[in-house]
Amino acid sequence: MANVPEDLHYSKDHEWVRVDGGEAVIGITDYAQNSLGDVVYVELPKTGEEFAAHQSFGSVESVKAVSEVFTPVAGEITKINESLAEEPEKVNADPYGDGWMIRIRMSSPEDVDSLLTAAEYEDFTKAETE
Amino acid sequence: MVTSLTATAPQLKKTPLNNAHRQLGGRMVDFGGWDMPVQYPAGTIEEHLRTRTHAGLFDVSHMGEIDVRGRDAIAFVNRLTSNDVTKLIDGQAQYSAMTTPEGTVIDDLLVYRFSEDHLFLVVNAGTTDKDWDWIKSHHAGESVELKNVSADYCQLALQGPDAVSILQKLTDTPLSDIKYYHFSTGAVDNVDAIISRTGYTGEDGFEVYAAAAEGERLWKKILEAGNYGSDGGVLPAGLGARNTLRLEAGMALYGHEITEATTLLEANLGWICKLDKGDFIGRDALVHQKETGLTRKLVGFEVMERGIARDDYDVVINEQPVGKVTSGSPAPFLKKNIGFAYLPIEFANVGQEIKIDVRGRLTGAQVIKAPFYKRQK
Repeated sequence: MANVPEDLHYSKDHEWVRVDGGEAVIGITDYAQNSLGDVVYVELPKTGEEFAAHQSFGSVESVKAVSEVFTPVAGEITKINESLAEEPEKVNADPYGDGWMIRIRMSSPEDVDSLLTAAEYEDFTKAETE
Repeated sequence: MVTSLTATAPQLKKTPLNNAHRQLGGRMVDFGGWDMPVQYPAGTIEEHLRTRTHAGLFDVSHMGEIDVRGRDAIAFVNRLTSNDVTKLIDGQAQYSAMTTPEGTVIDDLLVYRFSEDHLFLVVNAGTTDKDWDWIKSHHAGESVELKNVSADYCQLALQGPDAVSILQKLTDTPLSDIKYYHFSTGAVDNVDAIISRTGYTGEDGFEVYAAAAEGERLWKKILEAGNYGSDGGVLPAGLGARNTLRLEAGMALYGHEITEATTLLEANLGWICKLDKGDFIGRDALVHQKETGLTRKLVGFEVMERGIARDDYDVVINEQPVGKVTSGSPAPFLKKNIGFAYLPIEFANVGQEIKIDVRGRLTGAQVIKAPFYKRQK
């Protein structure tokens, strides 16, 4: 069963959000990395770029396929996880930790309220695999 | 973000190993109507590498098997396939293709010769029904008895440098005596089996055919004999690794490099077109194409810049789209991003610089020699 930490928020596109003051740390879920398989390439935006919510901010490529990743919340990129360029496998090994992707300074922190809770996300992934 | 999460629908076909895959933690996907493992917990890269360095075990029971018996078995199959069946001896297998009158490809297949009046055809899973219809409808009075025996067999592929020593633990048949593209009938763990020294990975290895009901037990026995779970032991390998292994080894995949819209000559499969063997379906078209020359050809390429070419991406030369990627993927053993594409003949030369349209970004690549990987013998 996929790991779904209690303290995070989730999107239906399988991203997670950790709120840290006015910023959001974003990555893909354990369920998503497991579905993708071995990640071999992560493409991320540049710091300073601005995104609306639910906009594509990059892509994750596994051996098998490429998937876009979407911003669960709107805002400006303050930091990206540069280590993923050399070690994309961190996304598989530690999706909620070392495999984080971007930090966003949220322009509308209330975006978080529309995301799923851990329990809701778990139900959502169950429905998707049935 | 993930749009291709494939749920397993109940109506999918299952191989005799379905339960075994689930017990091993295989991630099951819909593969052409079959519920198949794309990978196990080790992951595609590790499964690929283990097959190159030790051994991988693949369930390929979804492949189709067609039995051809009778006085005219050789003549009949020779008329439907492009390679020369008359060259086979008992116990030998041959890579071949069934072609349309236009020289394009119905399917690629293996032709096994048991005796002069008994051949055994192994065809792709997704095309088994089409092939069976094609074969029956092209029967023209020859004295043969045709049987679709796909459901009767399981097929396990044990591939890699350790394949001989692992399988030898389970059989008295001297495996080292079976030459490449030859086979023997014998017992594997006391089960009647066809033991064929063939495969789709570029490695040494075997494809074992046995009664479907014995599949699960045989699978477990081979994993056990190969020390599954220990360092350097055999790993069960899914369709993900099967695809990257065959691509590195430069082998065509039906529906990608070869289709009903590509001829064998365009696909670099001239070596299985025995145009002098006598008439076969598609021969005239292939002879004509050989005389007039090809207008396009399949080439291998390596992506030289950062980026991964994927199936169906455009190939661009001088800012014009000139062809399509038929298969593109990271190559886990070579640690390159490689692929196949069809190119106009004037560009189909090793060293040709091309661009791959990677989701709007033109990414530099170069035509290189295929197969990309060749094992040291």
